Amino acid sequence: MFANFGPNLLKVLGRYWGLFLQGAGITLLLSAITVFFGAILGSLLALMRRSRLKPLSGFALGYVELIRGTPLLLQLYLITFLLPELLPMLNLSKFASVTVALVLNSAAYVCEIVRAGINAVDPGQTEAARTLGLNARQTMVRIVLPQAVKNILPALGNEFVTVIKETSLASTFFVGDLMTVYKTAQGATFTVIEPFLIVGVIYFVLTFSLSKLITSFERRLKASD
Amino acid sequence: MIETRNLTKDFGSLQVLRGISETITDGEVISVIGPSGSGKSTFLRCLNLLEVPTSGQVIFDGVILTDKGVDINAYRQRMGMVFQHFNVFPHLTVRENITLAPVLLKKRNQQDADRFADELLARVGLLDKADEHPRRLSGGQKQRLAIVRALAMEPEVMLFDEPTSALDPEMVGEVLAVIKSLVSAGMTCIIVTHEMGFAREVSTRVLFMDEGRIEEQGSPEQIFNHPVSPRTRAFLGKVLR
Repeated sequence: MFANFGPNLLKVLGRYWGLFLQGAGITLLLSAITVFFGAILGSLLALMRRSRLKPLSGFALGYVELIRGTPLLLQLYLITFLLPELLPMLNLSKFASVTVALVLNSAAYVCEIVRAGINAVDPGQTEAARTLGLNARQTMVRIVLPQAVKNILPALGNEFVTVIKETSLASTFFVGDLMTVYKTAQGATFTVIEPFLIVGVIYFVLTFSLSKLITSFERRLKASD
Repeated sequence: MIETRNLTKDFGSLQVLRGISETITDGEVISVIGPSGSGKSTFLRCLNLLEVPTSGQVIFDGVILTDKGVDINAYRQRMGMVFQHFNVFPHLTVRENITLAPVLLKKRNQQDADRFADELLARVGLLDKADEHPRRLSGGQKQRLAIVRALAMEPEVMLFDEPTSALDPEMVGEVLAVIKSLVSAGMTCIIVTHEMGFAREVSTRVLFMDEGRIEEQGSPEQIFNHPVSPRTRAFLGKVLR
C-alpha cells in the first residue's frame, strides 16, 4: 500500500491540483459568507438576548440553545431538504441552502461571542456613563461597544477558523468545497490516503495561517489599550 | 436640595438600608462614615438611582426621582459622581473623557467643550496629559480626571463614593486637595469616606451610618469629639488612634 505512496501522491496532485485549489477557494468563500452573515445575524441575536422584552430575549435564548445543542450535520440535512420544500419559489441552489444552514448555525455561536464580549466590559464603565446622564443606548454605543469590539474581533476570527473546518460537512451535499474535491479525487484514482493528506495539508495551512494572523492582530489591539 | 424619605434597599433577603430620611441643603458638605457593610455606598448610589430603592422616595430639587415616568438621565446630569475605581473611559483620550457627555448631552460644540476641558485639566494639573489615553495615568491622576469629567457637566452636587480607597497612600493627598478646592468653591458635596481626618476638616455635617441606619449625625466637632451613641464611640475608637 505504501510502496506506491510517492508516485500516487504526485499522480493525484498532477491530475487534480486545479480542483484542489478551486475547492480551497470555495471552502474559503463559503466560510467568509458564513462568518459575515453569521456575524450580522449573531449580533442581532445578542441584542435580542439583552432586550428587556421577554419574547425577544426568550426567542434568542431558545434559538442559541437549540442550535448549539444539535449536530451541525443534522441542521444541514434538515435545511437543505426542508428549505426548497418550504420556499420552492426561491429556487435555491444546493450551495445556497447549505450556506443558509451554515449561517444559521454560526449565528448562534457569534451571539454568544458578542454577548461575552459585551459582558466582559467592566460594569463600572456603564455606571460612570449613566451617572453622567447618558441613556442606555448612548452608553452602549459610545462606551461599551467600542471596548467590547476588542474582545469580539479576535473571537470572531477564531469562529472563522472553526467554520473553515466545519464547512467540510457541506461536502455531504457535493457543493464543490475542499472536502468534496477529496471525494472526487479519491473516487477517480482509487487512492485513499494521498488525497486525504493533500486536503489535510491545505486545511491546516488555511487555519494555521489564519490563526497566526489573528494572534498578531490581537496583540496590536492589546497594545492600543 | 436632596431629600430622602424613609429610603430602604434590600438585596435579596439582606436589608442594606432600613429607612433613611435625610435632607441635604445647598452648600452643605456631608461626610458619610461608618463600618463596611453599613450601607454608606448604597445610600449614596440611591441618590442618583444607580441603585433603585426598594421603597421610599428620593427628592431632588422638588422632583420625586423615584416616581414613575421621571427622566432620570436629565437629573443625573445635574449630579456628578466619582467612584472608588475611577471608571475613566480607556478607549478615549483624557480630553475626550471630559468632553463626551457635554457634547452629547448639552449640545456643546466640540471647540467650546475642548476649551472648557483644558481649563478644568489645568486646574487639576493634568493639562499636559490631555491627548494621552488614561492607561498612561497613575491612580491619583485617573481619579482627578474622573472628578473633572463629572465637573464638565457643571453639576449642582457632587457624590463621592470612597474616592481615595483604591489609591496608593502617596496619591491620596492630591485627590483630597482637588475635593477640598471644590468645597471651598462652594460645591455641595456628599462624600462617603474612610479618611476621618479629611471628613473632620472639610465637612459641615457628618453622618455616621451603622446597619442601614443613620445612627448619629452632627457637626464634625460633635461627632468626633463628643459622640453620644456607643456605636459611634466604638467605631471611632477603632479607626482613630
